[in-house]
Amino acid sequence: MRRSIFLTLLFLSLSASSQPPMSSEAGTQSLPLSLTGVAGDPAKGRAIVVERQKGLCLLCHSGPFPEERFQGDLAPSLAGTGSRMSEGEIRLRMVDSTKVNEKTIMPPYYKTEGLERVAANYKAKTLLSAQEIEDVIAFLVTLKDDTQK
Amino acid sequence: MGPDTQAMQKDDLANPGMLSVLEGDALWKAPVGASQKSCASCHGDAPQTMKGVAARYPAFDEATQAPIDLAGRIIQCRAERQGAAPPQREGRELLALTSYVAHQSRDLAIAPPQDSRLASARAQGAALYSTRMGQLNFSCAQCHDDNAGGHLGAAPIPQAHPTGYPIYRLEWQALGSLQRRFRNCLSGMRAEPISAGSADAIALELFLMDRAAGMKIETPAVRP
Ligand code: HEC
Ligand code: HEC
Repeated sequence: MRRSIFLTLLFLSLSASSQPPMSSEAGTQSLPLSLTGVAGDPAKGRAIVVERQKGLCLLCHSGPFPEERFQGDLAPSLAGTGSRMSEGEIRLRMVDSTKVNEKTIMPPYYKTEGLERVAANYKAKTLLSAQEIEDVIAFLVTLKDDTQK
Repeated sequence: MGPDTQAMQKDDLANPGMLSVLEGDALWKAPVGASQKSCASCHGDAPQTMKGVAARYPAFDEATQAPIDLAGRIIQCRAERQGAAPPQREGRELLALTSYVAHQSRDLAIAPPQDSRLASARAQGAALYSTRMGQLNFSCAQCHDDNAGGHLGAAPIPQAHPTGYPIYRLEWQALGSLQRRFRNCLSGMRAEPISAGSADAIALELFLMDRAAGMKIETPAVRP
């Protein structure tokens, strides 16, 4: 509960300060504060990103994961994310990427409100825990090499 | 659908869905229930009398004053006109009869009825199709309109045309209904299921059939 109030406040301050069109401003929106205050673990983050039932990332994204077959092609490659974006920008996209692009297909990984017809066993649960999101972010910021697309 | 699956669908001897069609042919002719009437007792020779029927379903049912799908109509005939136990939704008997009836429309263009009494359910289906649902917050349209042709992991995303139902799906190793397909997509979205024969399911089917107007029926289709 406390955390969701905290997030709501963050989003309020965010939307108040980001009136210009989302597309051109996409790079400037960010959630700079850690969700947990505990540093993420990049190795755990990588495991979540490639895990099909949990992270689901490779359903849509590809990335520098040579051992993973069948990466999706619905989203930009994750290669070089760390060169293109700050930790806070990645965090916002993980928490709820509709804040950046209202029409995005990317699922909101840390949101339970405003979702319709959620199956009973997933109701009121976030896709990832706060610490798992920090782990994923800690991994994505290490993806600096933009040549691996 | 890859060329192998396409070839399997086109060749009646290789198409595993044709076994159900054959079973449906036998069921069509078998007397059942208190009436001891067969489907054929009332409807005669299916290749003539059932030709084009699947292409114009779901239709408006006078008795219930609501839209009804083809499987629902068959259940109604079985229970009310033949006096037999109503076949189970998605059970083997109903799938066989539905695929047999729908097969009589193979290669005919989908021609949704211009019946104003269907308009509100069709609109409800359209709304459902573009509503974000489930923990993953996807709408049907986001995958099947915006990303059709792309790949979700290994799976190519089709345009969600309901032209081939019931289909034989290799992954199921069985024939399955359009509603079963909905269930698969909805469970992938982590959304509440929409049960077969429910108003929501029929509304979605009405919308998808309208969206596919003019496309040819291919029952029983084969899908990976
Ligand atoms: C169902 C599709 C889908 C899934 C699953 C998904 N994403 Fe995305 N993601 C997108 C799309 C599409 C974009 C492009 C921007 C937009 O449309 O919002 C994107 C954008 C991003 C971006 C910004 C990339 C850039 O260079 O602009 C990051 C970072 C990201 N995703 C990380 C992830 C991670 C990590 C996961 C899994 C934990 C994930 N995504 C799961 C569809 C998805
Ligand atoms: C995240 C992507 C996604 C979403 C959302 C989605 N689907 Fe699908 N759908 C697929 C994929 C992928 C297939 C192909 C079958 C497979 O390989 O699992 C498919 C197949 C289908 C088919 C079968 C088409 C054929 O050729 O037989 C229908 C019909 C369908 N979906 C309808 C729907 C409806 C209705 C919804 C919303 C309630 C929906 N889908 C939501 C990805 C999706």
